[in-house]
Amino acid sequence: MTDPETMTIEVNGFSTRIWRKGTGPKLGFLAGFGGLPRWIPFLDELAQTRTVIVPSLPGFPGGDRGHTVLDSHLDWLVAVREILDQAGLAGADLAGSSVGASLVAEVAALWPASVGKLALIAPFGLFDVNNPPTDPWAQRGDAVPGLMCADPEIWKALKAPPVGENSVEWPIEQVRSNEAAARIFWPLGNTRLEKRLRLIKAPTLLLWGEHDKIMPRAYAETFAKGITGPTTTQIIANAGHLAELDQPTEVGREILAFLDER
Amino acid sequence: MKLMWFHLMPYTELPEDFREANPSVWVDIHSTLFDPKRAHLMYNDFMDELEYAAEVGFDAVCVNEHHSNGYGLMPSPNLIASSLARRTRDTAICVMGNSLALYNPPTRVAEEFAMIDCISGGRLIAGFPVGTPMDTCYAYGTNPSQLRDRYHEAHDLVVRAWTEKDTFAFNGRFNQQRYINIWPRPVQNPHPPIWVPGGGSVETWRWCAEMNYVYCYLSYYGYKAGRATMDGFWAEMDRLGKDRNPYQAGFLQFVGVAESRQQAFDLYSEAAEYFYGRCLHVDPKWATPPGYTSEGSQRAGIQSQIRQAADSVVRGKSTGERFASVAREMDKIVENGYVIIGSPDEVAEQLREVATQLNVGHLMLLLQYGNMSKDLTRYNTKLFAEQVMPKLRDVHASWTDHWWPNPMDTSQRAEVPAYTPRLAAE
Repeated sequence: MTDPETMTIEVNGFSTRIWRKGTGPKLGFLAGFGGLPRWIPFLDELAQTRTVIVPSLPGFPGGDRGHTVLDSHLDWLVAVREILDQAGLAGADLAGSSVGASLVAEVAALWPASVGKLALIAPFGLFDVNNPPTDPWAQRGDAVPGLMCADPEIWKALKAPPVGENSVEWPIEQVRSNEAAARIFWPLGNTRLEKRLRLIKAPTLLLWGEHDKIMPRAYAETFAKGITGPTTTQIIANAGHLAELDQPTEVGREILAFLDER
Repeated sequence: MKLMWFHLMPYTELPEDFREANPSVWVDIHSTLFDPKRAHLMYNDFMDELEYAAEVGFDAVCVNEHHSNGYGLMPSPNLIASSLARRTRDTAICVMGNSLALYNPPTRVAEEFAMIDCISGGRLIAGFPVGTPMDTCYAYGTNPSQLRDRYHEAHDLVVRAWTEKDTFAFNGRFNQQRYINIWPRPVQNPHPPIWVPGGGSVETWRWCAEMNYVYCYLSYYGYKAGRATMDGFWAEMDRLGKDRNPYQAGFLQFVGVAESRQQAFDLYSEAAEYFYGRCLHVDPKWATPPGYTSEGSQRAGIQSQIRQAADSVVRGKSTGERFASVAREMDKIVENGYVIIGSPDEVAEQLREVATQLNVGHLMLLLQYGNMSKDLTRYNTKLFAEQVMPKLRDVHASWTDHWWPNPMDTSQRAEVPAYTPRLAAE
């Protein structure tokens, strides 16, 4: 496993990390709840046949404190659009997980001409009062790993400070990541994305972890019904909310197969 | 120094097995535990107690704001304060306070505080807390990532609403209002004194120091745990070259006074154990909404944990850790300094030490706590007023309190008729 190439762009005055690896057509990926404090095997799967480009989102690891100037949903969407453009992802296929998937869907709805195909893993953005998502911000600390992944150890390993990392700043960065998600989605996770789903014309793959304890699987149906473009839904066995962490190979394979379909 | 009487208004009839049978006293405490007819009696007892404290000579009566909380029955302290404005004459009315970010628009706070200031003839102390995570982020749904910015913006709006002579437009990040022009305006000029109850964050110390506001540490864990926080405030004041005027600080302390220490121990154990056992039973999942604690404070906390694991009971710990490590038996409660008990002499001596060591000119005293009965509350209050208060009056006497209300001259104030119950014969 080789390291990705790392670039830095500036958005609203905050430096934002862009990872890039692989060859082939471009595929952007926006990470889920908690962000990516380190490179993950799932991205290597995608990089086998694609140029994978992974921009950080404001406030998430690699995104500095960019969330602090984003006060409205419009601010967020404009910032994400700018990040995707600067990352060279205009017109490219886009994948996203959880909070990142929600933003991918928004970009596809508002700027349909600037996206290719979409792969969305258990996106945030909807709220059904009869079947609400789990509140990720009202949890005892030790409960979070088991809510995010089917195998809690995978989340713990993702979030564990690397040897030699500044032990003061690392935990602050992980809290910041949860804060950034809260800044967009507090308190219910409901950005009223449902109203905009009909604007999504792109072919869309919906992926859901079989054991997602955050987003009810029934929401996949709401997405499938709401999106105007053709949709396919796949349930990933032995995976939780962040299915790409639990089952990197399987999720990677599903996405690549979908993107390669004519 | 000033001695102020503080009421939290706890629900006094939480069941004995509350801790075991319920996840939390706050946010999702179950409605079936609340009996409105019993609460009718509690509210009236509590308001009697506040009025009694004013009557026996406390400098101020204090109320505060909590939501969905089994130990704080004042979602709107302003309602109680307005009643107190009519039922007291010279006592300061300290609303500690209104959580600014929760009011939409915050103009409401400027208006209600101005009303209380008018009704009371200029006796209001205006407290501006950020509010706890439980109150603000969960019970009221405020975004933790915006809470502090909203708080500061609302503060600016309220102060301008109090002081600007002409109708003005407010063009904030979170609040936009084309026409702000509050009626009534506060009696106190330019506005009621502003006090800020804070945790131990560097940002709040600095802000209070720079704005010349009173910094209050309203901890339930007493003077031993509060020392580090107050030291931090004074260190920041020193750093900014400000006077160490003790009247720029307030501190909350639980007290139980009796004829002797043993008697106090016996009298106040039940109420204290009720408070620390049942009232502070908060589910840690409500304690740490991300973004609530500033990154500066997180950094200070982590660094202090690294420096010395046994730093203190409180500082550097999250709200959740704090709740989890609270002592719940009377001997530990007293030993840790959460509650100061003793004979009047012993209590006076301890409070003198607290006021001196923490350099605090405003002591906010909790003389009712937990399920303490009205009779015992009255006893504690009376004994304190008669036998402790006189022994503390000389503390900090060389300093001037620039942060105390400046009421209208008595001769200009309204005659408020005494409350006279209608006779049964009528």
